[in-house]
Amino acid sequence: MLRVIRSVITCVGLLQMFMLVPAYGQTSGETSVRDEISQLAEADFDGIADVITSLAATGDPTVAPVLHALRAGDIYWRKSDQLVVRAEKIPKRMLRLLDPLTGAVIDEVKKRKVSKVKVNNTLRRTIDTALGNLTLRSPDRIVRLDAAAQLFKNRDPDTLPILDAALAAETDDDVAAAMREARAAILLQDAETSPSDARTAIEMMIERGDSDARNVLAGYAPKNAALSLAAEEGIATIDRSLRLWSYAQNVWQGLSLGSVLLLAAIGLAITFGVMGVINMAHGELVMIGAYTTFVVQEFIRTSAPYLFDMSLFIAAPLAFLTAGLVGICIERGVVRFLYGRPLETLLATWGVSLILQQAVRSIFGPNNREVGNPSFMSGAFELGGLTITWNRLWIILFALAVFVFLLFVMRRTMLGLQMRAVTQNRAMAANMGIRTGWVDAMTFGLGAGIAGLAGVALSQIDNVSPNLGQSYIVDSFMVVVFGGAGNLWGALAGAFTLGIANKFLEPFSGAVLAKVLVLIFIILFIQKRPRGLFALKGRAVEA
Amino acid sequence: MSAVKGERAVPAPQAGHAATLNRRRLLNTRGWTFLLVLAAVAVGVPWLNATGALPDYAVSLVGKYLCFALLAIALDLLWGYCGILSLGHAAFFALGGYAMGMHLMREIGDRGVYANPDLPDFMVFLNWQELPWFWSGFDMFWFAALMALFVPGLLAFVFGWFAFRSRVTGVYLSIITQAMTYALMLAFFRNEMGFGGNNGLTDFKDVLGFDLASQETRTGLMVLSAIAVAIGFLICRAVVISKAGKVIVGIRDAESRMRFLGYRVEGYKLFVFVLSAMLAGLAGALYTPQVGIINPGEFSPANSIEVVIWVALGGRGTLVGAAIGAVIVAAAKTVLTGLFPEAWLFVLGGMFVFVTIFMPRGVLGVWDAMVDGMWQTRGMDPRERRLAS
Repeated sequence: MLRVIRSVITCVGLLQMFMLVPAYGQTSGETSVRDEISQLAEADFDGIADVITSLAATGDPTVAPVLHALRAGDIYWRKSDQLVVRAEKIPKRMLRLLDPLTGAVIDEVKKRKVSKVKVNNTLRRTIDTALGNLTLRSPDRIVRLDAAAQLFKNRDPDTLPILDAALAAETDDDVAAAMREARAAILLQDAETSPSDARTAIEMMIERGDSDARNVLAGYAPKNAALSLAAEEGIATIDRSLRLWSYAQNVWQGLSLGSVLLLAAIGLAITFGVMGVINMAHGELVMIGAYTTFVVQEFIRTSAPYLFDMSLFIAAPLAFLTAGLVGICIERGVVRFLYGRPLETLLATWGVSLILQQAVRSIFGPNNREVGNPSFMSGAFELGGLTITWNRLWIILFALAVFVFLLFVMRRTMLGLQMRAVTQNRAMAANMGIRTGWVDAMTFGLGAGIAGLAGVALSQIDNVSPNLGQSYIVDSFMVVVFGGAGNLWGALAGAFTLGIANKFLEPFSGAVLAKVLVLIFIILFIQKRPRGLFALKGRAVEA
Repeated sequence: MSAVKGERAVPAPQAGHAATLNRRRLLNTRGWTFLLVLAAVAVGVPWLNATGALPDYAVSLVGKYLCFALLAIALDLLWGYCGILSLGHAAFFALGGYAMGMHLMREIGDRGVYANPDLPDFMVFLNWQELPWFWSGFDMFWFAALMALFVPGLLAFVFGWFAFRSRVTGVYLSIITQAMTYALMLAFFRNEMGFGGNNGLTDFKDVLGFDLASQETRTGLMVLSAIAVAIGFLICRAVVISKAGKVIVGIRDAESRMRFLGYRVEGYKLFVFVLSAMLAGLAGALYTPQVGIINPGEFSPANSIEVVIWVALGGRGTLVGAAIGAVIVAAAKTVLTGLFPEAWLFVLGGMFVFVTIFMPRGVLGVWDAMVDGMWQTRGMDPRERRLAS
């Protein structure tokens, strides 16, 4: 995040430089900036601090990149003529020297020909403050917002006059609000602030209501009893709202985990529920989906890079087909011979899973493969106190879409009708002319295809490796067992319940123990309801 | 669920033979042969080692296989005779192994890296101040040996009591046993558990004063394992031929019928489950000193399923077959992972598929069919022959 901000600032600074420099020409302003910069050669820490202060005092936006470079330790001076330059590393232990203001290349020299202008942490703070002041007047509102936020964090009383001046000149409402908050935070640093100012400031902090605001209030120690009471109440209010937000965050993360579980388990619910087949190779079908995504992206990368953002839309149907085909092969080749022997099916499909795993390991290698996020799936946005990443949001939506698609297939299509008929009474369905063998193959293929789709989604948030499937298989079985086999709604309820339960337990017990607790809970739960939350009723159970 | 129907589809080895109903002897020809082979191994392997025909490591390897064989026999009693497929049997094995490992850890005393007389190295490393309560008593061998049987037995009792009481059967039971071992694996990976975290327990020095690194101790442990296999086999055999054994087979073939006949099915199942878990624990306790390490990886669901394939390959419901299967698969694993590491999972996976589809009765089943065929060509009814034996 910080890096992004910094690069934004740098970019803005550079842009301004290109736009402004020709207009300015060699103005007196630039000359004085250059004079100041040249003082950096052979300066001690105090000297550097003076330079920084006077650079900031110029109010010239072109000095911002220089200060950034100084903070990053990229400013050097040449030993031969004490010229102060910015340097970037090039191979063979050489440095390319650039003009600190314009960025024009001056020379390329050996490292020992130059000496670095060293900065310590005190200086870095000085630079940050100076940059904050500089950027408060920047023409770009994002930069100004950012500067206000920076001042809020540093809460340096010395910056108050500059901030007041900037606030008076500010026209943008959002920026002004951010500046007022920063001002309030700075005021609360000082126990001597007048009671009326302090009261408004406290209210502002409560309004803001995040953990930074809480820290400001916690650091406020007025002599006035009424004020300190107000601050304490403010802390309590913020704590309450923070707790609410953390619950919301837990729910969100639980939904996110639940959607992943749902994707992994829903195909299993079909094969297990409709056919009574325990498919231990389900995780490997998920893995095949993820590798299909990888292959599609590789192909796009080499031959059609402009399609990269579309890669998932291409990969999804392909993954569905690939995994579905593999699934049909498994059904026709292995499972078919084992109907009515669920334990043997379990063993045989486990064998298939080992073979698939090793096959993928032999073809693609044992290491993690990199699958990229398309642009619409990267990044995050803030919703109140929540940070929501796009990829998680899309995966939740995707899981729900797959769920609705499956509901549609089961309820509204011929295949779904036949599947339900076979579930309810296999012999009767066969007598009615349904080709149960064909329905079995299609059902298995459908479940496998859904696993492939899950793989596409998982490739966006997890490592794509031959072990991908293994890490989900036990969890997805738990979802099916908990939710009740043969019921899509059961899988939905099971996945989200387990996901949210996991995330709520995690803060108290740690991630691993949370998982263990959930497993123990399920083991106990299935004592009470041996066939899950949404059990099939009637004779179908015994079939 | 459809376990009942499932078992009917493939007649289990004894089902349908008149001989099943007769009271059988503790040891038939096959049983005697098995015990003789075990004795031959216990005597022959050390002798071959002494003459130099067998390298030292092979003795420990045989000892390891024998532990696996005992584990397979334990699972066969449960799965082959009672129809309960446990996908978490390696958990009992590992618990037994940990109990013994804890004793061996205490035996190290102040010879560890940190030379702390009370705390094992990993606890010193994690800044633990004193021995947790559940480690107390493990400095005594008899206590550790008891715990190696008691802890798996207790877990099996609690787990089974809950599961069988609420009639969780078939694949559901298999899946929650798998969840059990998975949960244990995750728990044992945690350093806070006090069992060494993901490194497990290792660096053992000696047991009962015998140096674990010496060849004599290793040979002794191998012979002990062989004796344990023999005892485990005899116990299982005794259960199988007893009247309770008939009930247990009845439960496998038609659980609800046995219930209607008035048998307390839960009790029988629980008995078999606990006995099987304790035998698995014994196997684990013998395994740890021979391989010199026990870590949470032993709890992984894949390990448990591998035990199932040993039994399936050898022929379930035969006890002897389970031991044979364990040795075949373990030996194949040793050879193949050494020669073609890539191929091993293909072979193992293929074995699962092949055995379940083409050899539902395992190696011994194929053997029986061949022998029967031979007798038929000589004009004698195999059933009569079997009755005669």
